[in-house]
Formats: sequence, C-alpha cells, structure tokens
Amino acid sequence: MSVQQTTLGQVRTRQAGMTFLSRISTEAVLMLGAIIMVMPFLWMLSTAFKTPAEILSWPPRLIPGSPTLDNFATVFTTAPFDRWLLNSLILATTSTVAILLTSAIAGYVLAKFDFPGRYALFMIILATAIVPFEVYMLPLYLSARRLGLINTLPGIIAPFLIMSFGIFFIRQNVIASIPDDLIEAGRIDGASELWIFGRVIMPLLTGPLSALGIFAFMQAWNQFVWPSLITNSKNLYTAEVGLALFQTGFTVNFGAVSAGSVVSVAPILIVFFLLRKQIIEGVALSGLKG
Amino acid sequence: MQKTSLKLTPLNRRRWLFAYLALTPVLAIYIFIRIIPIIQTFRISFYKWDLISKRKPFLGFANYIGLLQDRAFLISLTNTTIIAFGILFFSVPISLLIAVLLSKPRKLSPLYETMYFLPVVTSMVPATLAWKWILDAQYGPLNQFIGYFGFSPQPWLVNPKLAVFSVILLSSWKIIGYNMIIFLVGIRNIPSMYYEAAEIDGASILQQFWNITLPLLKPILLFVSVITVISSYNVYTQVYVLASDAQGSPGYVVRVLVYDMIENGFRYFRMGYASAEAVYLLIIVLILTMIQFTFLRNRS
Repeated sequence: MSVQQTTLGQVRTRQAGMTFLSRISTEAVLMLGAIIMVMPFLWMLSTAFKTPAEILSWPPRLIPGSPTLDNFATVFTTAPFDRWLLNSLILATTSTVAILLTSAIAGYVLAKFDFPGRYALFMIILATAIVPFEVYMLPLYLSARRLGLINTLPGIIAPFLIMSFGIFFIRQNVIASIPDDLIEAGRIDGASELWIFGRVIMPLLTGPLSALGIFAFMQAWNQFVWPSLITNSKNLYTAEVGLALFQTGFTVNFGAVSAGSVVSVAPILIVFFLLRKQIIEGVALSGLKG
Repeated sequence: MQKTSLKLTPLNRRRWLFAYLALTPVLAIYIFIRIIPIIQTFRISFYKWDLISKRKPFLGFANYIGLLQDRAFLISLTNTTIIAFGILFFSVPISLLIAVLLSKPRKLSPLYETMYFLPVVTSMVPATLAWKWILDAQYGPLNQFIGYFGFSPQPWLVNPKLAVFSVILLSSWKIIGYNMIIFLVGIRNIPSMYYEAAEIDGASILQQFWNITLPLLKPILLFVSVITVISSYNVYTQVYVLASDAQGSPGYVVRVLVYDMIENGFRYFRMGYASAEAVYLLIIVLILTMIQFTFLRNRS
C-alpha cells in the first residue's frame, strides 16, 4: 500500500514539474519566434536613425549610438516621397469606397433577390475570383492604354474598384443576419427598394463593412505590380513603387533606404496598431470562408 | 432567400428592376476589369503580336509549344515551383507549431498574435528592403550572426541557390502570421471534450496532437497549404526588390514566372508569348484549386 502511494505521489510531482517546465519552454519558444518576426522591423527602424559611419561599423548595434534625422531629410529632399504617399492614400481611399459600395449593393441583391440570371451572375463572380491578377494584367494594361489611362491616377485605381471576396462576404452576412421580414415590413410600409437598402440594410451592415473596409484599404496600399506597370512618371508613383525604385539609386546608402521604408510602411502600421483586434479577427473569419 | 416565383408579375417586375439597376454598374466594372481581360489573355495567346504593328498572325498553339522549349521559361517555372513549395515547407509547419502553442489562451497571447501578424500587414517592398539589408553579404547582421557559429559569410543575394533560399525565407516570414491565425481558429473550434477524454486516458501532449488536433485540422491544413502555394506562384515583388541594384539588372539571379512574363510582354513586346505564359500560370492555379475542391467534396 505504502509503496503504491509513494509512486503515485512521485508521478504527481513529476507531472507538476513537467507542466511547469513545458510552460516555461513554451513561453520561451513563443517569445523567441516573436522576436525573430519583429527583428527586421527593429533593424530597419534602427538603421533609419544611424549615421553612415555607424551603419557600416562592425559589429552592428541595434540601438543607434548618436541618433540622427539626416536619413529622413535625405528621403524627402531627394525624392517626392510626400507625393508618393499622397498617391497611395488616394489609391487606397478610392478603392476602399468603391469596394464598399459595390460589395454592399451586390452582396445584398444576390442574397435577398430572386431574379432571372442571379445564378449566372454569381458563377461569373466566383469564377473570376479564382483567376490571379497576374494572369490577366497584360490585356488589362492594353485596355488602359487604349483608353489613355497610362500614367493617370484613374488608371492606377481602376483594377481595384471591386473585390469578389467582398461581395461574397457581404452576401454571407446579409443571409446570416438580416431577416426577410424586415425587408417585407419596409415594402408594406410603401418604402422604395433603394430606401430600404440605404436606410434599413446599410446601417445593419456597419460591422462587416468596416472589416471589409480595413482589408480593402490595406490591399490597395500594398499593391505593387500594377502601379509599377502603369506608371513611368515619378509624380505618379505610389509609395511602394517609389520606394522600390528609390532604393536602386541608393544601394550603399542603407540609412536613406531604411528611412524611406519606415516612412512608407508607417501609415499601414498605424492602421494595424489602431485596429489590431478587428484585423486579426477579420482574417480569422475571412480565411475560413475563403 | 425568399422563395418568390420567377414569373413576371407586377410585384416581381419592381423588384427585378431594382436588382438589375443595382447590379448593372457592378457588372459593368466586372466586364471591363476582369471578364474582358481574362478572355483577351486566352485570345492573344494564340497570336504573334508585338504591341505596335497592325499584323497579328494566328499561331495556334505555337506560343505554348515554344514556351516548353524556352530555357528562360523553364528556369522561371522551376524556380517558382521551388519557391512555392519551399514556402509551404517552411511556413506551414512553423505556423502550425505556433498555433498549437498559442491555442490555450495565455497572458501574452495578444502580444504574440500582434508580433507574429506584423509581417502580414506590412507591404512587400519595405519588408523586402529590411531583409535585403539583413542579408547583405558585406554589412548584413545575418553573416555576422552565423559567424559566431564558425560559418563563413555567405553571398545570400548573389549566389542563385542562396537567393532562391532567401526569397523562400522572407516570403515564409511574411505569411506565417496569416497561416497561424487560420490554424488558431481551427484548433480553438475543436471541442475541448476530446482533449479532456485524452487526458483522462493519460495521452501525452504529443499524442494528443497526432491523434486529435492533426486529424481534425486536416481540411484547414489543406486549405492553408493550397492558398499558400497558389499565392506563392505569383511571387514577383520580393524578387524584383531583392535582385535589383544600382546597375539595374533585376531578376537575373532569381527568375520567376511573373517576372519572365512581364519581361516578355514589356521588354521584348511578345504579347502572345507572354499571354501563353499567363495561361500556364492559370492552369497551375486551377489544378491546385481543383485538388482542394475535390478533397472538400469527398469529405462532405
């Protein structure tokens, strides 16, 4: 009896020790991984504030010895970075507004209206959603050229006016959260369809629409391939394109390149830190709906 | 969904009118920026066209056949495939591990989630530039770091094999946070009673992972793997930024599909050829998508 009790006790102690040990090691692995994930950002930030001499000094240090703003001055005096940021902002804002409008109306109509051609339209949106942008960007470029949209802001923005996923996302939300009776009640009261959409439906969709809006904004801000194809005049570059070409002229000036990176990434990171919870939850939601 | 009949009654007419009026602008945008360009890609791929001349000789499948004998295309296809599956190989196991470790809410969970997710929201050009600096052969901290372990400095961005590895490394770093979040949702959706039962039976953490988490996570694992590979086949920006320098010779170290396509189209003005290349890219994506659909259908 007593022998058995000791063993049980020993097992329990060992288990408690194990859980404590595994908890500590789990924490250590997570922390180490997380530090590796943010290291490139810290490095970029630190380099942006270093003097040229310190950047090239060996061994490198994470905290700048004598912080300087010279690199940021170089960025704004040698390149129209303010203009590039403005272009990115115009692209992202216009794209977001357009995607919200088109997704809301199309998502609502596809969810609540039964009309001839509904299924065909749904299939068109689904089928084109699978095709990556890179596959059809050449003909898109040719169309833009024919319409005289090369080197114009509308040309940069045009491909980002709709988002297939946005339409599906709103459609799902309407189906899940808006009862038919609500729409019927409006109709019985004699309200027009447009009024019902604008005054009854839209206010109920603020949650999903703001999640979608954050995505649309970040997606547009991060675009690179299309803006780089359709622009060749410095004043029309977005922050992404401008930075990519800016760095080719400053191969050895890591300070200026890092400062430029910090400037172009700052707006999107501010949005991320302000809306961190919604963004991560949004990905969790959308990813599973694919 | 209201089960209204599809007959043209006055009531239906009013509703249909609204539906069509509301959808017309959306459909018009779709036609202009998606449907026409997609159809055009197929059409142009059967012609020889230099973008300027009026003559557009019909070639049939000659562009497609020519590509299969084109060294640059084959190298691009190989590199892109290695990169896509390399990203899968690194990012999926790591993000799954992180998700498992994060599955039980802990004090620092929000901090970890934020830190792991940060690269996902960062735009590609600055993210790549940060890595370009870290990987720099002469002044980069990575070479210094491996120096501590007795390794000699490596030309990460100049040696073609190491450059492919660098692209995989940085792309995996960027996608881990996204995959982690999807896994995390999947794991948290697994009913806790399975784990409680396993614990009573004395199953170890590892056994629980193999026998509960992994089998139940299979559909999500497949989903994450497929979208990781699909999105990685479009790799371009990383390569453009990593390989470009003051001499302006981007993309020669690591040639990828989208890069080759853009070069054929806009540098050599071989629009038909580049379009055929785009169709190959589409075929790859469709095959991957089909794998996923078939698997999901078999389950349900």
